Amino acid sequence: MNVTRRNILKHLGTGGALAALVVSGLMRPIAAFAGQWSKPSFESKDMAAAMKNLDAAAAVDSKDIVLTAPAIAENGAVVPVSVVSNIPNTTRISILVEKNPFPLAGSFEMTEGALPDVGVRLKFSQTSNVRAVVFAGGKAYMTQKEVKVTAGGCGG
Amino acid sequence: MASYPIRIRALLKGDVTSITAIVSHPMETGLRKDDAGKTIPPQYIQVLTVELNGKKVMESHLNTAVSTNPVFNFKIKGAKLGDKIVVNWVDNTGEKGSGETTVIPG
Repeated sequence: MNVTRRNILKHLGTGGALAALVVSGLMRPIAAFAGQWSKPSFESKDMAAAMKNLDAAAAVDSKDIVLTAPAIAENGAVVPVSVVSNIPNTTRISILVEKNPFPLAGSFEMTEGALPDVGVRLKFSQTSNVRAVVFAGGKAYMTQKEVKVTAGGCGG
Repeated sequence: MASYPIRIRALLKGDVTSITAIVSHPMETGLRKDDAGKTIPPQYIQVLTVELNGKKVMESHLNTAVSTNPVFNFKIKGAKLGDKIVVNWVDNTGEKGSGETTVIPG
């Protein structure tokens, strides 16, 4: 049993119908957040652990994800990153910065009407790959690119 | 109590509404130290949602890596001019904020 699922089960008492649906239907929160901020995913300290906790360890490379980020960022504290998924039935986009203390920066779940097109400004502690993970139809897809950072955005 | 102003804009072009939300929030990582060498405790937005006319269309779960005074860009389909867009957030310390706007021509 993975940690994410255990948390979901633990919160089932208070989590309401959505959590119940996830547990009974899919047994894993790949299609829905169940309204809960996933501590194990966000506190993973390396890319491999973060991907595993996201249920994205088997993510395959996809050319249908458009990841936009500067090749060189002068200020690591404010790096604009945007992700557009052209994969049908995209339900969630996660963005990870490989060399940050905690790689997972954020997950965006689209429900009715929201397009799989998100932009956010992130901190980069150092030069790093940024990875976009897209969840669509129960599968995970990814793409990544390197951002060179000349001044870090964490610590100090 | 600290105040966290939020600015939102929703522009309709064709059938797509582009939403920009700017939240004034420290997004403190918990890794920084103050001048006295004391660690500054983390304070960061964990959940941010977008509602269209009271119905949730987007839920974001965020980490400390999101920049200070974060800027978010989202796109939604199906909104009409004058529709109400609400953005809500809650951080790890339990602070909450919310802002709203109406969809205008882009």
